[in-house]
Amino acid sequence: MNAALLIILGTIVFSALVGIYAGRRVKKDLENWTVGGRRFGILLIWLLMAGEIYTTFTFLGASGWAYARGAPTYYILIYGTLAYTLSFFILPELWKLGKRYGLHTQPDFFIKIYDSRLLGILVAAVGILSILPYLQLQLAGLGMIVEVASNGAIQAKPAVIISFILTCAFVYTSGIRGSAWVSVIKDILMIVAVGVVGFGVPSRYFGGIGKMFRTLIARSPAHLVFPGAAPTMDTLWVMSTVLLTGMGFYMWPHVFGSAFSAKSDKIIKRNAIIMPFYQIPVLLVFVVGFTAFLVLPGLKNGDLAFLELVRETYPPWFLGFIGAAGAVTAMVPASILVLFASTLLAKNIYQAGIHPGASEEAVMRLSRAMVFVITAAALVFALVLPNALVNLLLIGYDGVSQFFPGVVLGLFWKKVSRPGVIAGLLAGLAIAAGLVFSGHDPFLGLNAGFVALAVNAAMTVGISLVTRPLPSLKNLAGECPCSKN
Amino acid sequence: MRKGTKLAALCGAIPFLTLVFALPFVNRIEPLIFGLPFVLFWILLWVILTPACLFAAYKIEKKFNPPDDINKP
Repeated sequence: MNAALLIILGTIVFSALVGIYAGRRVKKDLENWTVGGRRFGILLIWLLMAGEIYTTFTFLGASGWAYARGAPTYYILIYGTLAYTLSFFILPELWKLGKRYGLHTQPDFFIKIYDSRLLGILVAAVGILSILPYLQLQLAGLGMIVEVASNGAIQAKPAVIISFILTCAFVYTSGIRGSAWVSVIKDILMIVAVGVVGFGVPSRYFGGIGKMFRTLIARSPAHLVFPGAAPTMDTLWVMSTVLLTGMGFYMWPHVFGSAFSAKSDKIIKRNAIIMPFYQIPVLLVFVVGFTAFLVLPGLKNGDLAFLELVRETYPPWFLGFIGAAGAVTAMVPASILVLFASTLLAKNIYQAGIHPGASEEAVMRLSRAMVFVITAAALVFALVLPNALVNLLLIGYDGVSQFFPGVVLGLFWKKVSRPGVIAGLLAGLAIAAGLVFSGHDPFLGLNAGFVALAVNAAMTVGISLVTRPLPSLKNLAGECPCSKN
Repeated sequence: MRKGTKLAALCGAIPFLTLVFALPFVNRIEPLIFGLPFVLFWILLWVILTPACLFAAYKIEKKFNPPDDINKP
């Protein structure tokens, strides 16, 4: 057994054990399982949110984009920062509503604000359809990382199966708390991996990051300014894309839902202030991609640039360490995705749509059972039908971003109406799907999802102005004794 | 909208001005700063300064919005 193999398997198993251990004293109800009893302080919230943001896409995608497309990859550095800025203003208000009415999920929010179960079911369905391909992407990324990093000693399929059964186990036992704990391991490994490689490879081949950039500017300067090597991704595309993804980021059901885990609205605000610092390591990932562009030109799959460069530069055991970091980096976001997809299915599809009389305990039991169903579905898609969800993935971000007007106007605008939000949402989804699937993304140089979101927002506002507004939420405040908080 | 919220929102607008709407004007390589192409340096600079903007917003909200008001939507 080689060292790389041992490091990778050891890390995966250890992480899962930590995740399982995290839930040993957690009461098994939805309040604790899905939103951690709303008791997370600044550290756990930070770990949780950082856990969601740093996915395999950060490792493979950001360096792959830097390698294959050049400057358009900068958008990753920007959109997270915009998302945190928005979260500073939006999430605390959301958290207060969540606390007051005991909300667990995004559809819960829509049902409460707009008093429409149908809208809640629609939001849940779009959420699940967006989560599934995203989950599959994490699985595929994990398989790829482990296979390359172990030099083929562990094939992609068994790697994916083992790590996702273990992920499933800690989601089942510990819920959101397990994800936050495993995030500790993940963050340490990630930061070390990105730090060592990000500073290491440019100084090895060029004598430093600055010198690497000088070489790159001398050889192909256009790679470093928009649109880089991707002619359709010019400045206008970057601007519309960061606006869309910045607004869409917290609209992912699992990211939205994790805001409810915080202990107070202040914790969320303070977390939003520090989050942008966490973007800085992304710069080092770009540096690795750019270095690979110079050192290893002509790779068929740009997403492998990071791993191939590490393989070229470091001893096998270090590649194994990168593989371990990459595997845990897939497991943490996957666990949160599975958790929220399961809760959406049980609470917002089954209870809200099929069986309104279901008790909280029944919903909880079903949620935990759904963990296995969702994981199995994602495994089938990843291993048997790898291309079935590609179209959904293309549109995932565009889809969830369409919730933005309904969420923000619901929180901050008294005149917003139910027909306005439903019409806007449906129009936004239809336009996004129409443009993307007919090959019109980008549309007139703009990100197609952004075009859809603009139409959605205009329709929501326009129709709200001519229809009856919502009953004020203040009228609802009497329902729950906890409203004084 | 309360005064504190308004001023805080102005602070929150800064990252959008610098990281979105300023992009057409900074999309160039020269001058290199700390070895980085100018556009990348600019983006990194404002990513690092965003916490300062948000911290200012936090302080402003605290100062201008009376605490007993805190739970009104």
